Parts: sequence; structure tokens; C-alpha cells
Amino acid sequence: MDLSTTYLGLQLPHPFIAGASPLADNVDRARALEDAGVAAIVLRSLFEEQIDAEALAHHDAAASHADSHGEATTYLADPAACVFGPEAYLEHLHAVKQAVGVPVIASLNGYTYGGWIDYARRIAAAGADALELNLYYVATDPAESADELEENAVDIVRDVKHTVGIPVAVKLSPFYTSLANFAHQLEAAGADGLVLFNRFFEPDIDVENLEVRTHMEMSRSHELLLRLRWLAILSGQRSCSLAVSGGVHTAHDAIKAVMCGAHCVQLVAAMMRSGTGVVGELRAAVAAWLQEHGYESLRQMRGSMDLSRSPDPKAYERGNYMRLLQTYRSD
Amino acid sequence: MATTRTTTVDGNEAAAAVAYRLSEIAAIYPITPSSAMGELADEWAAKNRPNLFGSVPRIVEMQSEGGAAGAVHGAVQAGSLAVTFTASQGLLLMIPTMYKLAGELTPFVMHVAARTVASHALSIFGDHSDVMACRQTGFAMLCAANVQEAQDFAAIAHLATLRCRVPFVHFFDGFRTSHEVAKITVLEDDDLRALVDPEAIAAHRRRALTPDRPVLRGSAQNPDVFFQAREACQPFHDACPEVVASTMRAFGERTGRSYAPFSYHGHERAERVVVVMGSAAETVRSAVDHLVAHGEKVGMLQVRLYRPFAQQLLVQALPACVRHIAVLDRTKEPGAPAEPLCLDVIAAVTAAGRDGGAPWAAAPQVVGGRYGLSGKEFTPAMALAVFTMLQQQPRHGFTVGIVDDVSHSSLAWDQDLELPHPGRKEAVFFGLGADGTVGANKNSIKILGETTDLHAQGFFVYDSKKSGAVTISHLRFGPEHFEAPYLITRAAFVACHQFGFLDKYDVLELAAPGATLLLNAPFPPERVWDELPVEVQQQILARRLHVFAIDAAAVARDAGVGNRINTIMQVCYFALAEVLPRDAAIASIKAAIEKSYAKKGAEIVRRNFAAVDAALAHLHPIVVPEKTTASRHRPPAVAAAAPDFVQRVTGAMLAGKGELLPCSAFPPDGTWPTDTAKWEKRAIAAAVPVWDAAICIQCNKCTLMCPHAAIRAKVYPPEAAPAGGAELPFQQWRGEEFAGRRYTIQVAPDDCTGCGLCVQVCPAKDKQNPRHKAIEMTPLRAVQAQERARFETFLALPEVDRTTVTKLDVRGSQLLQPLFEFSGACAGCGETPYLKLLTQLFGDRLLIANATGCSSIYGGNLPTTPYAKDGNGRGPAWANSLFEDNAEFGLGMRLSVDALGSRAGKLLHNLASALQADTLVADLLEPAARSEAWFVEQRARVGALRDRLALLATPEARELELLADYLVPKSVWLVGGDGWAFDIGYGGLDHVLSLSHDVNVLVLDTEVYSNTGGQASKATPLGAAAKFAAKGKAVDKKDLGLMAIHYGHVFVASVAIGAQDAHTVRVLREAEAHPGPSLVIAYSPCIAHGYDLVFGADQQKRAVQSGVWPLFRYDPAQIDRGEPPLIVDVPGGRQSVAEYMRNEARFAMVEKIDPAGFRRYAAGAQQAAVRRMAVYQHIAQLRFPHGTAAPAATAAGTKTDTGKE
Repeated sequence: MDLSTTYLGLQLPHPFIAGASPLADNVDRARALEDAGVAAIVLRSLFEEQIDAEALAHHDAAASHADSHGEATTYLADPAACVFGPEAYLEHLHAVKQAVGVPVIASLNGYTYGGWIDYARRIAAAGADALELNLYYVATDPAESADELEENAVDIVRDVKHTVGIPVAVKLSPFYTSLANFAHQLEAAGADGLVLFNRFFEPDIDVENLEVRTHMEMSRSHELLLRLRWLAILSGQRSCSLAVSGGVHTAHDAIKAVMCGAHCVQLVAAMMRSGTGVVGELRAAVAAWLQEHGYESLRQMRGSMDLSRSPDPKAYERGNYMRLLQTYRSD
Repeated sequence: MATTRTTTVDGNEAAAAVAYRLSEIAAIYPITPSSAMGELADEWAAKNRPNLFGSVPRIVEMQSEGGAAGAVHGAVQAGSLAVTFTASQGLLLMIPTMYKLAGELTPFVMHVAARTVASHALSIFGDHSDVMACRQTGFAMLCAANVQEAQDFAAIAHLATLRCRVPFVHFFDGFRTSHEVAKITVLEDDDLRALVDPEAIAAHRRRALTPDRPVLRGSAQNPDVFFQAREACQPFHDACPEVVASTMRAFGERTGRSYAPFSYHGHERAERVVVVMGSAAETVRSAVDHLVAHGEKVGMLQVRLYRPFAQQLLVQALPACVRHIAVLDRTKEPGAPAEPLCLDVIAAVTAAGRDGGAPWAAAPQVVGGRYGLSGKEFTPAMALAVFTMLQQQPRHGFTVGIVDDVSHSSLAWDQDLELPHPGRKEAVFFGLGADGTVGANKNSIKILGETTDLHAQGFFVYDSKKSGAVTISHLRFGPEHFEAPYLITRAAFVACHQFGFLDKYDVLELAAPGATLLLNAPFPPERVWDELPVEVQQQILARRLHVFAIDAAAVARDAGVGNRINTIMQVCYFALAEVLPRDAAIASIKAAIEKSYAKKGAEIVRRNFAAVDAALAHLHPIVVPEKTTASRHRPPAVAAAAPDFVQRVTGAMLAGKGELLPCSAFPPDGTWPTDTAKWEKRAIAAAVPVWDAAICIQCNKCTLMCPHAAIRAKVYPPEAAPAGGAELPFQQWRGEEFAGRRYTIQVAPDDCTGCGLCVQVCPAKDKQNPRHKAIEMTPLRAVQAQERARFETFLALPEVDRTTVTKLDVRGSQLLQPLFEFSGACAGCGETPYLKLLTQLFGDRLLIANATGCSSIYGGNLPTTPYAKDGNGRGPAWANSLFEDNAEFGLGMRLSVDALGSRAGKLLHNLASALQADTLVADLLEPAARSEAWFVEQRARVGALRDRLALLATPEARELELLADYLVPKSVWLVGGDGWAFDIGYGGLDHVLSLSHDVNVLVLDTEVYSNTGGQASKATPLGAAAKFAAKGKAVDKKDLGLMAIHYGHVFVASVAIGAQDAHTVRVLREAEAHPGPSLVIAYSPCIAHGYDLVFGADQQKRAVQSGVWPLFRYDPAQIDRGEPPLIVDVPGGRQSVAEYMRNEARFAMVEKIDPAGFRRYAAGAQQAAVRRMAVYQHIAQLRFPHGTAAPAATAAGTKTDTGKE
């Protein structure tokens, strides 16, 4: 069965790629991913804010006690030898690229304009096959309007595209007022692909100690539904690549995503839970399903259930919610 | 040929740069002020910087200076070129090996930043008492007087030792030269290459111990031959001065800088000459120039080669017409006819008369005197006083620089006299340790020194506190070369980087008339004048100062650089002082920021640039009115209620006027009163905790964790609240033991350092607004007056009756009065909560032997001490002997207390019938029950005994009166850091633990040498970056606890107060109750771990939960209870070691340097934790047959163990 697909212009033998995660945090694990059969690898995000925060914390730790007592002018070993910046990430990217044959997609989360552009340039120079811009941002400032936020993002995408020659995907959150419009703007700015969706760290509450606990819950299949809706909506509207991220755990999940328009399926939780072998299982199961259902290829199936082609397009829209409410019975 | 490349470095770096290039092996050990030399060598080696011979020197940190000496001895014996660096007590520990090195004619150099040897007190500052203690070892001794010479003489020493085979001590004045930053001409590799003698190195190699040419050294010789063999080396020592002289000549030809073993400077027909060695030579030189310019026939002789002391060269260097010689020694030898340099000069003059060759017709009169002990200032005015003394009435045994009203040895000098220095610009900066002032000033010197033709000098004065420390930077710049090894007293520019200093110190005392004053003031410019105290306004008017102000803290805050106001103030300095064109200065500052911070990331550079760019827009001239307008006076240094000694002596020291105190002000034996920190109201916190009684749950965790005893709890009857005092918030006590009483938590606002640990550990949250806790950090300015008044009232409340605190747990222990308070330790210090708790539990019967280190500095560095007294006048008696001998020192205390206790018991027996006291004698001799009630009762019995003794008129009765207090058992604690317990003092500690005496050891384990700046110790854990382990320590820490467990009779425990506070309280009590030796190893977060110590308790929890710091107790008494003696209280394994490691820069920086290395270390540390716990769990399963416990000690006070079995 022909499972091949094109994502960000990259020709992939099948749609299953490793999503941004610790799965490829070292070269051996990246090799293992390739051995398990992933079609491409997305590296964990390079977080500009974290780099700066670490640098500032180290700087404070070293500087706040320096030159203040006669017995010692410093208290930490030669902090000048510590390099704070994207170097370690770039070296890792380079090493993974050397070690594997599959495409390697870097991921970037900036928080300053300069950071987005400069780090994107350096990532491209380090050999990434593509770049995923991770627009992970929780807007809490009431002075920051939706327009400003979206304009900034669009500017960044446009300028990154002007800076680098590799394909650029944008990883989105679902929390935009008009996601369809925003996706349109991103594509107009040059985005080669959209990744649906980012998953935020969702803080939990410790009621005994009145504390906030932050931790990352791995995705479950039910989270796919939100993604299916937006894949379906955007698939007919946009000509750029679409990737699903979050909620694909079974062959049926993957089939649904592709039917709604996904060019590729990013796997993280499924591999973390079940091991990298799940890639092969999913690939085989999807192929078998296609075979069984008389499809010729994956491409034939892609987008078949999107907004433009679905037999019931209204189902993806607001009316669906209304009807559900109207038909709801407490018994 | 000669290079003209210049650099600005300090003396340590100047010497180390040469030593490194001419050595193959360095064995080192940290000691102030020489530590930087070893650190630099290690840093360069870590970066694979080659030496002159193309190899990277091997650097090894040893367990003590004695160990370092042994290692270099072996290295040179085996044919390498070796070096070490040391000072003070460290040098003294090397003396035995120095005899060997010299006796075996081994080419070798040690570089010494000369420092005071501890006598009545420790001092980290410079004098010659350490090097003078080595003058008899057979080493040659070469003395540099300034930073340039420190570099040049380092080379001359290394070159000469190879040629003459006599080993060298190259020394220079600690701090004054080692820490002075100056512009010097660089000695290039090519210079060294041209000067080094390859044949001499080859000859050294040929003498190497090798089985290919086997020989034996270090034989034992008998009376038949030793004497002759010892004399056989004499020709080498005789030849040494000429080797040095000729090396100096060759050096001069190569570099253009000429030196000689003795250098004369002054009038060619001088009649009065001062002989001096070290940095003071430069001072005397200025005085001579001044006097000669005024027509006086004076001169000075600088001693550069002190050993071998070339008498003839000295005599030849003196003018023939000299009539009077004053020899200045920077050391004191009580009991000697004169100090050593003076004796040597007298011997040389005598020898010239005896042997012929004297240039004079009549031998000059030689007198000697002392100056500059412990870095005491030595100014041109003092040097002039010496010449005046020679002219008026030469006197021997004088001192200069102090007022000696005890022995009346001191010379008077003109304290207002300053020699003219046209063209030289002098500036003084008062900064806070944490604000980066010193760093910025070092940077300014580099900018001016390296981008202009100006000559530059910087010297930095630090105070003795580790938190809220004051720094004073002295900067000089001038078009001509100058040497001025003394502080600035009339600066054309004075900057006060913390407005509060104007209330505490006489900042403007150093301002010259017409000087510029730059203030960092947290006020708008129009308010600045009115905020100044009257005294400062008066000085500004009297000296016609030009005043400028900037709210640098606000600029720093806006730029995102926290409290680092350094670059902002630096920009203002350059703008006002006009030493450089403004734009050029700002460009240079930015270039320096870029260079310093580029590796730390663009954000730090960006923020500092923002601070620089914003500075000048916020700098304002202050309009100075015609007269003073303030009504506010500078507050007194100490409160009027302070005792007389504190008023006279401590108060003067606190005000920065200690220099003016005469000898009679001081106790002659180093004895000092305790209970003095409470008079030093530093008010250094930006914010302090304020208690909300409505929310508190009375857990007392805040007071337990406070490193400074600055937040306290009391229970008291309602009627105890003093009338007229501030109203205290309170709760009703929750508990049966103090039913009906009030409970109050109170901060000492002027003693708090604002670390925030108390708030961090507070578990009580407002249910409606959990961000608000029972204590909350509040800006000091907003609550200072209120909390000050409350604290005063709080102090007036009665302390709890110790006998009524029945549960001595965390909550109960914190009701007891701390007798360790308000220390100068770092904000958030992880050591001091243990000490405070110790004094709460046992303070009124506590003797502490304290190893040198952080705990001896915050414990005993004057002006004040945190050890306090209770209402009965009892409290910890504390002493520091050395770094290396603390266990033995504490054992000695125990032996003495036991001996005096035994003696008291014997006298009591003897007097039993005469006392006619029914059961009193028997009761007094009953074994101690060790409850608080028993101690109270025993003290009452001692009181009754004294009453009876007063009726007896026998000598025995008088003696027992004196010793009766020893019938109350004392608690002896041996306190120190891991550097002491794991490394330098381990041998002694091990021995003391091997005995059965009732001593308690508290190891405050910061896992590095904290006091000297974070060098690795054997307690440094696997993977932690520390100095001498810059890429991460490659092996895990020594398991001191397990080693002590193997004795069997030692109580051993591991605690972490921030992780399990109740465990710590329990362990300290059990350790104290154990009748034999006990060892408590206490996890102590430290600034050298590299994180904000407000999270110290959280990080301790991670350490314990991950298993890198398991909590356990080994109690030998368990055996006779039929239980395994080892109890693992918290085994760890509940979170990953890597997670713990990533929260501290000491580990995380390794990840930045070497990510794979970090992963390896993290995995290794995890495995080590598991392995260690497996061993513990194994032991914890062991049950021993009843009656097989190792022999334990008997009750305190009755031991007879000699330790000689």
C-alpha cells in the first residue's frame, strides 16, 4: 500500500513522524527512532526564554556575591567557561542530522523578535531540513490585543521565511478567535505548513497545600476531536501542509486525521507510552485498513472528510453544538 | 627584545602567569590571600593553556598545605619543575618539607602572598610574620614590592633556582600587592625563553630519582656524619646571591627593568637611611624623594633578596656617610632583641667592622621598629616620622602607624600630611558587596589602563561581613608611572553607591576640598539635599563639594539588571571625572560588557547596554544651598545602652574608626566579650518578614530556619507585656503546656538580611488568598519604625522558663532563646540555622571549638560576635585555634573540663563533712539526668554549695568556690566545615573519634571550601563544578559518616534541617546525650552552590528525596536495646538525582560546558546514591547480640581515657 505523503515539501514514505519531545534528545535515541521507522524527526523546541532565564540565573548566582569579601572574589568555578545560548541545541541538531537519514525538523520558541530571527537563521545553518515555529504563548496581559498578538506572529513568520531557505511550519494553539483567518494570514506570510495543535502545560491545584502544580499530561485519543475539526476546516481552505499533533494513538486516530486533511501525523505520547515500536504497528495497521477498505493510497484518502468534501460540512460548524443541546436528555 | 605590551592585573595574577609558564606541576591548597594563584593555574590548565615548554601543567589540589608541600617535593625529586602557592598558616605547614627541599638542594619555587600568622587573633591581611618563620629553612627569599615586581621576581626566582639549586620563596605583600590591580609591562614568552637556561633544566632532570639511575635520598644519618654532610651544602648558599644578582642583570638587559638584591635610593651622601622590604619600600621611596627635594640627606635601602642575606652586598649598597639606620620590620617577635630584618642589618654592619670592607669610618647606629602588621596602613607621613625620629632621637623598638599607649613605642606622625602628586587623579567608591561596585572599578582600571597611556592602580577594601558587606574602592590614574601602596585620603572624586552609608560611615572624610561627590540616591534630585544628615551637609559645605545624584536602583530595575548598579555608576563616574572623553568611555564600557557577558547570552548584554544608555539621562547636579537645612543627625554607631567596652571599642570599629583606637583599648590576650552583635544594627534588608497573627499555625518553622535569629517566637503571660511598649500582635498559645499564654512572632528589622527563607518555609496560607502567608516580606522602609518598636517590646518580654518546655521538638526548641544571633553570614546561609539551634538547646553550657572557615569568620570576625548570653550571663564560650587542629583543640577543651570537674568532685568529697550539708554533697555528685530541670536544680545546688563554702576558711574551700560550676556538665562541640572535617583536619578528627571522650562534632557541610571561594573538597559531590574541579568533580564525595560508623562506638548522623527539621532537632539532642564521641554531618546550602538561597530548604528536600543526602542515625546504644544501631530515617530514591542537580548552578554549569559529561555525572550520582543506600540498608538490618556494643564512654566528667591504648 502506498502510504507516501508530502509534508513541508519533504517526500515521506508514510505520515508518521516523531513530534517535538524528549524522544530525540540524544543521538542514540534519534537513531532508535529512525530504526523504528519514523518518517521524520521533530526535535524538542529551542526555548529562547529559557536560555535567557538560565543565563540570568547563572549570572545572578555568580555575580551577586562576587567581589564582596576579602577572602574570595568569586564563589563559583570559572563561570566564564559556561556558554549560554543555542549552541548546545545547534550541536545536537547537527549531530542528529549526521546520524540519521530521515528529515530532521527543528523546533523554535522565541520570545523576542531578534531571538526568533537569529535562532531560526542559526538552526537553518546547522542543517535542519525544516523548521517548526512553536508559537507557544499564554497571553495574560490585558493590554495586549488579539490583533497585536496575531500581527506579531505573522511578522515573525514572514521575516523568518525571508531569513531562511528551508520550509517553515507553524505550530498553533487552538485558542485564536478566528483560527481560519489567522491560518490564512500565516500562509500568506509564507508558512509552508501548520501543526495542529500545541498542548499547553495545564496547571493543576494541590488543594491540601494550596499550591499550583505544573506537569504535562500526555495526550489521549479524545483530544483528537478538536484537531479533526480544525484539520477539516483548514484542509479545504489552505494549500500548505497540515500536521496533526496530539491525540493520535491508534490507526483509526491516524486515519481520521488524514481523512480530515493531515499530511502527516506527529507521534509523541503514543511512543512514550508504548515505545517506538508503535510506529511500525500504526503504519501496518493503516496500510491494512486502506487495503481492506479498497483504497489505493493514503493520498486518495487525505482530506476526504474535510469541510469542503464531507457529506455533512455543517457538522464541523456551530450548528452541531446547538443541535446537540437541543437533543440532550437528562435521562 | 624588550616588550612594551602592558596589561592591568593584580599581583597574584602577575606572579601566577609566570609560575604557570615555568612549571610542569603545581600542588595547591586554598588560603587567603594566595588562593587566586592556584585558581588561575587550575583555570588555565582546564583550558589546556600550555606552559613555556609546550605542555599543560598538571594541577592537583591537596588536602592541606602540608600535603601540597609533600607533593611538590616528590615532583621535583622525580625530575619535574614544580611550584606551589600559599600564605600564612599554610606556609607554616610547609616548613618541615622546606627543610627537606633546601637540604636536598632542589630547584623549586613557592609564591607567597605574605599574610599575618594567627596569634592573639586570626587576620587574613598582609605582613611578614609568615615568611619570617621560614627564614631558617635554607630557602632563598626574594621579595617583590609591587605588582610589576611580583611578575618579574616570579621569573627571577624560577630562573635563579635552576641555576643555583637553592629553592626559593618568592613573596609579596598579601592584599596590598596580591590584590592591587595595576598596569604593568608584560613579560612575554619570548622573554622567558631567552632567559631560561635549558642546561640548568637538563641538570635538574639528570638528578631525578629514577630506577634507570637509582640513588637514595632522605637517608638517616648519625652523629658521625650528619654535621659534616649538613655543612657540605654551604657553597651553594654562598653562591646564591651572586646567581640572583647575575640573573637580575640578565633580566634587566632583556627587559630594561633593572633590579639588585639590595637597592639604594636617595641622597648620595645620606646620613639617615631606612632599610625596608616589600611594598612599604615604595612608600619610603616617596618620603625620601620628598625630603631630598627639601635638601635633606636621607635615603632608603630596599631589600629584595632577604635570604641568603648577603651582608657585603648590603653594606656596599649603603652610602659611606650614613650615621643612623632605621630598619622597618613588618612582623613582631615578642621576646627577641629586635625583629629579624633589623637583626640581620645589625649583623651586617657588625660584620663589616669585623671583617673589613666597611665604607664608613664610624659604624652607623642601627635601630629597628615595626609597622604595618596585618595590613595596617603605612603612609609617606609615617615614613617621614621615622626619618624625623632618626634625626631627633634614634630609638630602638619603635612602632609606627598605631598609638601605643601601653609600651609607648609608637612614633607620632602627621595624619593630615599628604605628599603632592600633580596630575594624578584619585577616586574613592563606597559600594555594597552585592552591587558590583568593585567589579565595575576593576573594569574601569582595565579600560583606562589598556586603552590609554595612563598609569592605573586599584585597591579594594572589604569589610568582615558576608552579607551587606561594604566595599571601598581606591582608584588612581596618572600620566606618569607611580607606586602608591596606601589608601587614598584626599580624593577628587567620591562616590557613595548606597545612600544609607552616609548614616553609618564618614564617607566624606576622604573627599578633598572641591571634590565631586556622586550619590546613588533613591529620591528625586530636589529631595536629595534634604535627605542628607546634618553632618554630611556640613562636610559638603565646608569642603565645597560638587554634588551629583542618580537613582541608580531605579535605572537598574528598569533595565532589568536587578540590584547591579555597577555599570550605571561607572558611566556616571566617567562622565563626571573626565578621565576619558565621554563617548569613548561609554564605548569602552560597552565593549567590556560585551566581552564579559557575550557567553552568558544576548539578553544579559542587552540589559546592561540598556542600563548604560539610561544612566546619564538620570544623572542630576544637586543644588547645594548656602547652609545646612537638615535637622536629622547621623545616628550613633551603637545605642547608648551598650556597655562601656562596646561604646568605646566596638562602636569605634563599627564607625570605621578602629584605626584610631590605642593599644590600651584592647585586651592583651585576644579575649573579647560576647553578646555584641545585637548592638550592630545594620538594617541591610530591603524587605523584612511581618507576621500576620490571624493566619499563623504556630509551627515555628520560620524561626528554626532563620539563619540570623532575626525572627523569633515567644510565649508569655498576658500581664508580662511591658507597660508603655509597642502593642504586639499575638495569638493564644495552642497547646496544654502554656495554656492561657500569648504567642508572638517578631522580626528584628535591623538585623534581618531579607533572605526570605522564613516566608519560603512558612506553611500557613490565607485561605482566601493563599499567596499571603502568615509572614510576608514587606519593604523595610514601610515597617522599620513599627517593627523596631515591636522588637524592643518583644525583647523586654520574659524568656520562657526552659524547664517548662517539655517537648523539645521543632516547635518547642524555638521557644528557647537563641544564643547565636545576627551574624554577618550570607543572607540565606545554610550553616547558621544549625548553630543557632545548637545554642538554643545547649547554649548555657556550651563550649565551641571552631575550625577556621566561614563559621569562624561569621562567628568571630570583629567588630562583633553573634554568640550571645542569656539572662543569667551564661552562653557559648567560643574559640578558634586553627583550621587543621580543631578536633584536637576541642578534645583538649573536653579533657580540661573533665579534669576540672574531677577536681571539683574530689574537693567536694574532701570537704563533705566540713560542709555539714546533709544530702547536698551526695546530690551534687549524682550522675546528670540531663533534663533542663536537672540542670536548674544542679545550678541551685552549686549556689547552695557556694553559700556553705563561704563559711569555710580553708584553701580547699576557696579552690572549690572557683571550680564549683564544673559540677554542672558542659557540652563540648567541635564545629567546622567540610574543608576541615573531610580534608585538612581529618587526621585529627579521626583520632578524636577513635577515643571515647564525650565530644560532639558538627560538620557544616557546604561541600566546598566556602570561605576561600568555593574550592573543591573531598565532600564535593560527583559532577559538581568547583574551583579546582571546573569541569565537574570526577569522583563522589567521601562518606565520612560511614567511615565513622566503622568505629562502632561513635554516634553518627546525617541531617538536613530544611528537609526534615524535626529530625535535626532530634539528632542534635541524641548526639549530645551520647556519652562518647558523636558526629553530625549537616547539609548546608551555600552561595557557592549557585542558586538563590531563598530556595535552600526546597533544595535540601530534593537532596534528601533523591538520595544524594540520606538522613540516618547510627546510635551504638541501640545494640543493647536489641535493635540495629543504624536507622535510615529517609533513604531517598523518591525523585531523580538529575532533577536535584539541575537546580544548582554548580551542577548545571557542567551541563553548559559539557552536556554529555553532565549526563554521565547525573547517572553516576544516581548510581552512587543507590549504592550508598544499599550499604546503609545492609547495615541497618544488622542486629548484634546483646552486650556486644563497642565500649562506650562513661558519664561526662569522670573519664580517664588517655587515648594511648
